[in-house]
Amino acid sequence: MSRHTLSVLVENKPGVLTRVAGLFARRAFNIHSLAVGPTEHPDISRITVVVDVDELPLEQVTKQLNKLINVIKIVELEPDASVQRELLLVKVKADVSTRAHVLEVVQLFRAHVVDVVPDAVTVEATGSPAKLEALLAALEPFGVREIVQSGIVAIGRGSRSITDRALERVMRSA
Amino acid sequence: MVQGSQQAPPAAGRPVTPADLRPAQPQQMTGAESIVRSLEAVGVDTVFGIPGGAILPTYDPLMDSSSVRHILVRHEQGAGHAAEGYAYTSGKVGVCMATSGPGATNLVTALADANLDSVPMVAITGQVGASLIGTDAFQEADIVGITLPVTKHSYLITDPADIPKTIAQAFHIASTGRPGPVLIDVAKSAMQAMTTYSWPPAEVELPGYHPVTKPHAKQVREAARLLATARRPVLYVGGGAVRAGAAAELRRLVDESGAPAVTTLMARGVLPDTHPQNLGMPGMHGTVPAVAALQKADLIVALGARFDDRVTGKLSSFAPHALIVHADIDPAEIGKNRRADVPIVGDLKEVIADLLPELAREHAQHGKPDLERWWKQIDDWRETFPLGYTDTEDGLLAPQHVITRIGEIAGPEAVYVAGVGQHQMWAAQFIKHQRPGAWINSGGLGTMGFAIPAAMGAKVGDPDRVVWAIDGDGCFQMTNQELATATINEIPIKVALINNSSLGMVRQWQTLFYESRYSNTDLHTGHGTVRIPDFVKLADAYGAEGIRVDSKGEVDAAIKRAMEIDDRPVVIDFTVSRDAMVWPMVAAGVSNDEIQYARGISPAWDRED
Repeated sequence: MSRHTLSVLVENKPGVLTRVAGLFARRAFNIHSLAVGPTEHPDISRITVVVDVDELPLEQVTKQLNKLINVIKIVELEPDASVQRELLLVKVKADVSTRAHVLEVVQLFRAHVVDVVPDAVTVEATGSPAKLEALLAALEPFGVREIVQSGIVAIGRGSRSITDRALERVMRSA
Repeated sequence: MVQGSQQAPPAAGRPVTPADLRPAQPQQMTGAESIVRSLEAVGVDTVFGIPGGAILPTYDPLMDSSSVRHILVRHEQGAGHAAEGYAYTSGKVGVCMATSGPGATNLVTALADANLDSVPMVAITGQVGASLIGTDAFQEADIVGITLPVTKHSYLITDPADIPKTIAQAFHIASTGRPGPVLIDVAKSAMQAMTTYSWPPAEVELPGYHPVTKPHAKQVREAARLLATARRPVLYVGGGAVRAGAAAELRRLVDESGAPAVTTLMARGVLPDTHPQNLGMPGMHGTVPAVAALQKADLIVALGARFDDRVTGKLSSFAPHALIVHADIDPAEIGKNRRADVPIVGDLKEVIADLLPELAREHAQHGKPDLERWWKQIDDWRETFPLGYTDTEDGLLAPQHVITRIGEIAGPEAVYVAGVGQHQMWAAQFIKHQRPGAWINSGGLGTMGFAIPAAMGAKVGDPDRVVWAIDGDGCFQMTNQELATATINEIPIKVALINNSSLGMVRQWQTLFYESRYSNTDLHTGHGTVRIPDFVKLADAYGAEGIRVDSKGEVDAAIKRAMEIDDRPVVIDFTVSRDAMVWPMVAAGVSNDEIQYARGISPAWDRED
């Protein structure tokens, strides 16, 4: 089993996420993370999905995804040829005696404090999964009260855009 | 998609569809009228369905349509299978209609059936009013959600302005690429609201839907090279050849290559059974020559076939020495079950048309391959293991005899529709299939109850043909209510009930694999039983002609009498032996090498050389 990041361009229509998620569910592929958001074109959305799956079944599920009428394009983003980021919000116990130490960790990881109360701080951080994992490990000793983490969003390195040709198709139908 | 002008011509490059043929100026009307007008505009002439609360607004203008005939069925599943049968014989998209909730859920089996067998079909269902969706309203079911995995695509319409565009898209999707079922769920509020109808609709382009029809030239060349050099090639022909209308091209490929061909359950008839290179059906109940040829092949050219488990048997031991050329319109089929050495994505008609000149070039350069040794081997199998059956031991009719005689008397011009089970396999084996599209059955889903409504739809789609439903006593009882539809609408189908008083295929497995413990397979409809129901009386109750046949001597006369009756359906209750079994057989999950010609008799493969 290996981890794969797929960038899926879809028509911005109701039910598209269900169709995509349904294909993974049917073959019992575990979706590790999922992020959906707009693109530079209002009629197209991007689903970034990270799955744990072997090469061969991945090829099959990619072909099945391509068969969905609302799916316009699928690209697998290799880790070393793409930038992959996720967002973390974490609430850490911090009172007068420990706050300085917590802030030191926050600075070390170039994270931000976005909320402070007498007994806790809320930290916002973005980065690669590895960086956020390290941050969490560093904050753990102070007492982590709540974690909220987004799915990975990813973009290919270099000047090429995977949306270019997909957009052309949509524009042509105008 | 971006809003275009109301009268936009079809986008450049898009094939002209019936949607473009009946232009109409913008007009104010209800959403319901817009549905009926759109169906007329895409060329629909027949709809099978049943009205109900949520679809009622659409049934009102439907009554006034002069070009759309609505056939009122007795159960929505019947509407779905009838639409499938209609699609087979008419070559058009089959259409069925139902109301929300239970009406829609009753269509699910037919949608799944059409999805697995790639049948072009559009289902239109009513949905509760838009403001009620998601409130567990009366007769509400999330039919789009329920059918997501069993349709090619689906729509929910809440804005009546979307109706013409959606219907145009649905028919395009259903009938192009790999055909399949499309569901359109329309909120009642959208049917009742006023809207502007114009045709052709703007913005029908689908940015994510571009089926590849033209095959890659390099791959085709490679396929030709392999086919010209293989010593033990087999053409493995599937239902895709029927859907692509590629029978003529296929015939030429078979003749030019000199290779043996096998025709799957879905492809029976696409190459005539009388063609000397046709080895018959492969798979679980295939002929020994067809199964053996695939197992021993050094090259398999799969044409519109999908390496179904019923064909391959245990996948890891299927055709172990064969290179695979796999041509299919659906890229997701290629490499799904068996790795393809030469994958070809394209419409089979074009694939074979491109393959023929490449093959001729190979032959011109290197001469035709010497297949004499291969054919000698195959002919030896054909001689030793011909398709056949033994007489019954209980003195009752042999079902294989009945089916053989129907095929011989009705002939190759008739259409044969089967249910699912033993009778289906015998019909696939013992009727001489000579024409593509003349054999209609539920192959992928294996839907018992398919035959009666599908035969009805097939007769409507091609009224001049004799249509025989070959059904079992179990299957028949699942959908026999459609005999009422057939009688009342003057659809004179002929039904051959192969009545073995059992769920015969299940009983066969119980005989073979469960020590003859017959758990819940006795239906009490046959010879020497209470005969509940009495099929002859049942036929009579439905206004059909009922005939009972208990002995061999009566078989021909009954079939001939049925052939003469053309003003009402005919049901012949052939009471046959329940102990007859379907042979040859590869048990589920075992290697095709273990095929049994008859119980306990397996070919001795080591004799081969």
